[in-house]
Amino acid sequence: MAKPEKVLRVEDLKLHFRTGKGPVQAVDGVSFEMQRGPATVVVGESGCGKSTLSRAILRLLPRNVHTFSGRIWLNGTDVMTLGEEAFRRQVRWVKMSLVSQAAMNSLNPVIKVGDQVAEPLRVHGLSASKKDAHNQAEEVFRLVGVSKDFLDRYPFELSGGMRQRAVLAMALVTRPDIVFLDEPTSALDVLTQTNIMNVLKGIKHDLGVTFILITHDIATSSELADRAAVMYAGQLVELSDATDFFRTPLHPYSRKLMASVPTLREDKKLEFIPGQPPSLLNPPTGCRFAVRCPSRFEKCDAEPPFVDVGGDRWVKCWLHV
Amino acid sequence: MTTQEKLLSVNDLRTWYELRKWGFFHAGYVKALDGVSFALDAGQAITIVGESGSGKTTLAKTILGLVPLTGGEMELAGHRMEAKKGSARVWLRSNVGFVQQDPYGALAPFMNVRRILSEPLAVNGVPKEAQEARIRAVMEEVRLTPVDDFINKYPHMLSGGQQQRLVIARAIILEPKLIVADEPVSMLDASVRVEILQLLRRVQKSHGLGVIYITHDLSTVRYFSEFVFVMYAAKLVEKAEVAELIHSPLHPYTQALLTAISDPDPENAKVIKDVPAGEPPSLANPPPGCRFHPRCKFFIDGLCNVEEPPAFEPSPGHFVECWLFREGGRAEEPAASASR
Repeated sequence: MAKPEKVLRVEDLKLHFRTGKGPVQAVDGVSFEMQRGPATVVVGESGCGKSTLSRAILRLLPRNVHTFSGRIWLNGTDVMTLGEEAFRRQVRWVKMSLVSQAAMNSLNPVIKVGDQVAEPLRVHGLSASKKDAHNQAEEVFRLVGVSKDFLDRYPFELSGGMRQRAVLAMALVTRPDIVFLDEPTSALDVLTQTNIMNVLKGIKHDLGVTFILITHDIATSSELADRAAVMYAGQLVELSDATDFFRTPLHPYSRKLMASVPTLREDKKLEFIPGQPPSLLNPPTGCRFAVRCPSRFEKCDAEPPFVDVGGDRWVKCWLHV
Repeated sequence: MTTQEKLLSVNDLRTWYELRKWGFFHAGYVKALDGVSFALDAGQAITIVGESGSGKTTLAKTILGLVPLTGGEMELAGHRMEAKKGSARVWLRSNVGFVQQDPYGALAPFMNVRRILSEPLAVNGVPKEAQEARIRAVMEEVRLTPVDDFINKYPHMLSGGQQQRLVIARAIILEPKLIVADEPVSMLDASVRVEILQLLRRVQKSHGLGVIYITHDLSTVRYFSEFVFVMYAAKLVEKAEVAELIHSPLHPYTQALLTAISDPDPENAKVIKDVPAGEPPSLANPPPGCRFHPRCKFFIDGLCNVEEPPAFEPSPGHFVECWLFREGGRAEEPAASASR
């Protein structure tokens, strides 16, 4: 088998925001690589920087950026060197797209769903005509399991699950390499959630799109995960093959997090993590989890490296160095 | 079941919201709660699970007396709540605690912890001198400690978990008999969720409270309550003990719900789950017969779409409203089991 192609490589990505109290280190030194195909899930508590990570990679930045640095390679090209306009034309929504949080409520209420889904094609000049764009929209609607009658409806005529599918169709219509899914199912009912997950599994298999699923719901994340990444206080603390991760997480934070997930079928004693994540205004030097960590020792005062422990697993912890 | 004191019994409870009016006419009703019966003993916790729009929040509001009853009976610790009677409701308010879903939204931003907790005491005529001691005791109980650090803080200075502790403290400060918790942990992070549920459980055990825990997340249920009621389209379609429901669900909807819930298992990524497509019905115009029949794979034509199923009891203490259990099971006598 040929060496799998690397679709995305991120090196030392930093995104700090300027606030009245000083810079907030929302994403601080994240590095990882992704191969084409396998879906990665990014899990972590709220405020750990997981949504900011997707926005940093897509360069959807707010106005109060303090630092934005690092390098991002997409299909081997360094996209950080591109200017804003070039990035918009060549990368955003062409190569990478996003289903943002509560996206189903962000559809324009006065434009027909079909026209909204076809819009990225028209804007990026990926369709020969309006008719062609409409046909392509119809094709993705079929993929996400929405009847083509819905193309001519307005968002308020669709239920939550259908709107979420329409938003997903909008992210897929340009046939991007990478789709970021930021909490795509958190506002939906359990059965609808499972139906959407089934759709995503099918698309992953049929289209070969690389999904990056950002969620705080670890149980649901296992539905799509081929690889799992854990973020804590703006940093990536573990990146691992999903099977190994769900069975034996390595980082003490990942272990605690897994122990706090309630399970339906097996009886386990639930734990919780005492304390709170550190403020990102002034994060502790050294390991950021150290104050809450049960296995803390002297070395933890220095910042641990993100080490490769073999078997496609990386962990940022002195215990594994 | 032990022969404990009955705390709450609800019989054929209905809450309908009227739709738009045109003079004498109106567009019908949204039947948010349509014939719900159950009973709760003192010191018991029950969970009500259901999708959004299934009427579970309306059930909470009805029990709390926040929306008027359209029909049916409700009896709390010997007090009957009539459809339109104010005096009973005053009594109800101080005997039922409410834990809201969004703690930040439930706390007045301009009041500090002391004022938030003293308000219910002041309203119910607890003398000023006794208030401080009670506030401190409750704060100790929900572990908002050290008390002196927290008592003068405002809600925005607290983390989500601490805010929810404060809401719980407020709910128990009058020593109610019953707590209604409407999705108390859905806004919190996974790592804090467990902590809050354990706190609620501890408070429940130590005071012998009845708790109605309303949630859409079945996976937290087994850590919390004795009984689970499954709600679908304004009806309780299945009622059973927790272990019984998880290991042998009977109603097709409950079965689908259990299939849909994932445990963190890498095998999940390899299978496509078999869940019914479609959406729950509109409550303004629910389908005739069983409300799940348009999505049900065991649909029996001529029965499920014609007549509403009563509650059958295929095994003791396990009730299910589904025609599949019409043989073998016997119909529940709603009036007898609930009110006497």
